[in-house]
Amino acid sequence: MSDMITRIKTPVRLEYGVYPGSHYTTYLNALAQGRFVGGRCPESKKVYVPPRGASPTSGQPTDEIVDVQDSGVLTTFCVIRLAFPGQKMKPPYCFGAIVLDGADLPIYHLIGNIPYEEVRMGMRVKAQWKPRDQWGPTLESVDFFAPTGEPDAPFESYSEHL
Amino acid sequence: MSQPIAIVSVAQLPSIRRDRTRDEAEMVQPIVTEAMQKIGLKQADIGFTCSGSSDYLVGRPFSFVAAVDGLVTWPPIRESHVEMDGAWALFEALIRLRHGDIDTALVFAFGKSSLGPIPDVMNVQNDPYYVQPLNLDSFSQAALQARAMIDAGKATERDFAEIVVRNRRNAKSNPNAQVKGDFDVEAILAEKTISSPIRKSFSPPLSDSCVAVVLASGDKAKKLVKRPAWIRGIDHRIEPYSLGVRDLTQSVSTRIAAEKVGVNAKKNDIAEIHTPFAHQEILIKEALGLDSSVVVNPSGGALAANPIMATGLIRFIEAATRIHAGEANRAIVHATSGVTMQQNLVAVLEGE
Repeated sequence: MSDMITRIKTPVRLEYGVYPGSHYTTYLNALAQGRFVGGRCPESKKVYVPPRGASPTSGQPTDEIVDVQDSGVLTTFCVIRLAFPGQKMKPPYCFGAIVLDGADLPIYHLIGNIPYEEVRMGMRVKAQWKPRDQWGPTLESVDFFAPTGEPDAPFESYSEHL
Repeated sequence: MSQPIAIVSVAQLPSIRRDRTRDEAEMVQPIVTEAMQKIGLKQADIGFTCSGSSDYLVGRPFSFVAAVDGLVTWPPIRESHVEMDGAWALFEALIRLRHGDIDTALVFAFGKSSLGPIPDVMNVQNDPYYVQPLNLDSFSQAALQARAMIDAGKATERDFAEIVVRNRRNAKSNPNAQVKGDFDVEAILAEKTISSPIRKSFSPPLSDSCVAVVLASGDKAKKLVKRPAWIRGIDHRIEPYSLGVRDLTQSVSTRIAAEKVGVNAKKNDIAEIHTPFAHQEILIKEALGLDSSVVVNPSGGALAANPIMATGLIRFIEAATRIHAGEANRAIVHATSGVTMQQNLVAVLEGE
């Protein structure tokens, strides 16, 4: 049939808000102050970054909030080679898992100031904060993590995080 | 024959309009912990965990996975989820228990109704090509049904107002209810209509809450609590999706489910029915064939607390609580899902 309808448009738009909850609020507020915080599990004593409503091993809230450093170890990474909308860096670039000093769980962020082919496991990295007036309750307060030039961490020191 | 299965513990976060302090994990963690602790269990003692919720409520993909962060999931657990009210999660857990290799299950549901435009979100349930473009929101859906009931001579607007007054008066003794107190029929009838004949008071509140249930089978249930709430029957039926082919003035799916579980085989003490809009109570009472001696919604029902996706599971909790306490011996539970109650679940709980 020549007059068959093959396409119609029925757009849907729904707007939502979000309440990040008390643990994430603490984390986000710290980022607005240029700090990273974690929450300590009352049983395992492990420090989760961000703090969590429940520790996966004890089920208890990680209510003891502790400061962790803005530097740490790159445990693993991948290289992004494709362009996509909203991208912050020009490909190829690197995205990695970083265990901050004082934390027991990695966070994820961009890795910069280094050619991607030189990025390696165990590399020491540090947060590159945006100018203070651009800090906010978001991980975007940090542009990316960059190598510190310190010696690489031995594999055994971060192998449990892989 | 498989072992009988009972509700052995329950817990509820009180329903409030807007919970600004809790994410999914923070809602789930205290409530599942309370439900298990009451009977001396830990997550490691639970054979199967199942939850009910909808990502459309919070506008976030995989929000049910975020809720799993409220559980002890290391070492890994057996877990499932239904994108439905928690009453259907209970159904899945019950089927899982009937395999017989496990004897406990944890069921939870959470509703965060405060984050999105709920009346419009409800339109997304409709057929995307022929109904959604009309923006048939939750008020309009309810209005179509309520109007059809009035036109069929089944009810009046005054009946709807009296249902609201009775439910919200019942809710005065419910610490978990959100809208409760002594309301006036005339004042309700004097309210403006949102979508005629639906007024604000004929409509459920929107609530944030999380609730949990522990199920156990056979001897395990008897060991855990003195008076388990035995699930003697459970059935759910679905009607056609297309609104035009359904008679909105009756709930055939509820009637068939009620017959299958033997709702009126014995004397019932209470019924907890999931009827968010006032007119729906008339429809479900009729479909269940309840006689006038049955106390309907002693908790205040969905007109008093409505954390969407948990409201149906709360019916089980309210009924089981009264059986555990010895205040009732036989309770009928009903839960609904879909536009104008397309799908309905009916269960019978007994203390003995």
